[in-house]
Amino acid sequence: MNHLHTYAIAFLTIVVKEIRRFRRIWIQTLLPPMITTALYFVIFGKMIGSQLAPIDGVSYMDYIVPGLIMMSIITNAYANVVSSFYGSKFGRHIEELLVAPIPPSLILLGFVSGGVARGLSVGLLVTLVASFFTELHLHNLWVTLSVALLTAFLFSLAGFINAVYAKSFDDISIIPTFVLTPLIYLGGIFYSVEMLPGVWSQISLINPILYMINTLRFGLLGISDIDITYAYLVIGAFIVVLYSFSLMLLTRGIGTRS
Amino acid sequence: MSAVAISQLKKTYRNGMQALKGIDLTVEQGDFFALLGPNGAGKSTTIGILTSLINKSGGHVTIFNHDLDREINAAKRCIGLVPQEFNFNQFEPVEEIVINQAGYYGVPLKRAQQRCEWALKALGLWDKRRDMARSLSGGMKRRLMIARSLVHEPSLLILDEPTAGVDIELRRSMWEFLQEVNRMGTTIILTTHYLEEAEMLCRNIAIIDKGLIVENSSMKQLLATIDCETFILDIKQPLTTPPEFSGGTLRRLIDPHTLEVDVNHQSGLNPLFAQLSQQGIEVLSMRNKTNRLEELFLRRVEAGDAKL
Repeated sequence: MNHLHTYAIAFLTIVVKEIRRFRRIWIQTLLPPMITTALYFVIFGKMIGSQLAPIDGVSYMDYIVPGLIMMSIITNAYANVVSSFYGSKFGRHIEELLVAPIPPSLILLGFVSGGVARGLSVGLLVTLVASFFTELHLHNLWVTLSVALLTAFLFSLAGFINAVYAKSFDDISIIPTFVLTPLIYLGGIFYSVEMLPGVWSQISLINPILYMINTLRFGLLGISDIDITYAYLVIGAFIVVLYSFSLMLLTRGIGTRS
Repeated sequence: MSAVAISQLKKTYRNGMQALKGIDLTVEQGDFFALLGPNGAGKSTTIGILTSLINKSGGHVTIFNHDLDREINAAKRCIGLVPQEFNFNQFEPVEEIVINQAGYYGVPLKRAQQRCEWALKALGLWDKRRDMARSLSGGMKRRLMIARSLVHEPSLLILDEPTAGVDIELRRSMWEFLQEVNRMGTTIILTTHYLEEAEMLCRNIAIIDKGLIVENSSMKQLLATIDCETFILDIKQPLTTPPEFSGGTLRRLIDPHTLEVDVNHQSGLNPLFAQLSQQGIEVLSMRNKTNRLEELFLRRVEAGDAKL
């Protein structure tokens, strides 16, 4: 049995275990985002949105669908890895992986794949919920799929870094509450940055989540506040930086080994 | 071939605590080896370094000739670890924990299922295979960790206090199982606070104290160095004063019915009984005050303390 084969088995074992984990607790992982986004569609889409003028030629309800899908992908990819990796540190079962002959890169990719799987699963479920409120559009399949996948990958890495440094369960909720949520809400889910006055539209451009939401909006509706080429460059750059940093943390055993 | 070869192994933690001060140790293939020492002596640090859970500060380690620095994954593949504390996901079913561990070592699913069945049956956990790990008793959890450590067929099994908190009946059945595993060719390193366990199972022994090896020999050789043993005698008639002995064997009268005596190995037990009979003292039963290895262990550790 060659090493490539044994590594493939080890990697798939981690991925399957991660998928089973979030599937086993579906009431905590898959159901809440569906209910939350359904409420968004009812309140912002139907009740308030019906009173608003179309944005870039699309109804307000249609306009907020990509942002709400992306919000679910980001928060769930992040939450999966941060809670799973921190939980395995807290329960010490991370040691099962650390004593095994698995390269750190595969351990990292295994956890990240679990985050991507949950992010995309929830994204798909939220898309299904959206289909009950409006007619779904698909402008470009490849842009839609690629940006969803890359964003889930990026925020899974971010969740991993948070989990490495976390020393208590409080530490795994600080970043999502005080950093991630504000960036998501200010990333153009509910509005176009062009609607912001003066300098605020410029300030919004330093928010990386704006690029992701707009790229998905382009994929689904064919409209965007930014050039999607920049969006791919921004996402790609973040992935390279966060992946390299995460791998360094795991290889050196920071937060995992004495 | 050496299963483990350690030279000048050092570990200093970030807080400045020097856990290992340059130890040398060799464990031969097929051995059942005891690594003993008081709490905080450096046993778990040594095991942590062997299993890559702790980064060493200096020195050199090979596992079945695989250098831990250069061939870490080849070295890891040889090892099965039963740690001191429960370190499995309590919210996973027993079977899943064992099969996943096989997967981490690259064992194909079918083979992993076969090995899992063998290990769980051998350790009496097969009926519990679908139960969540958290529902198991303490003894079952210990056995689960042993099953998990063996699922990938390691050449070296490291047991860090595997029978802590386990009742005597279960402990004895675990000893039998581990002896069988050793007979089948697996090298075993055992740390334990039950010195009776080490004496019964292990052929070679190292005692570590304050980060240094203070004893390293075969169990037989070590036990042969005992020149005196302490026995407790239960006396039929109550004594008010301690009996007279010509050899200085009496240590003390614990209570009117219990005597504590030191017996020199060279003179043996016969002179003691002869003197007791002469004084009309009838002995009902006798037992060792402590386990022989325990006696030696305490002497070595106390000798180390006296030097400091």
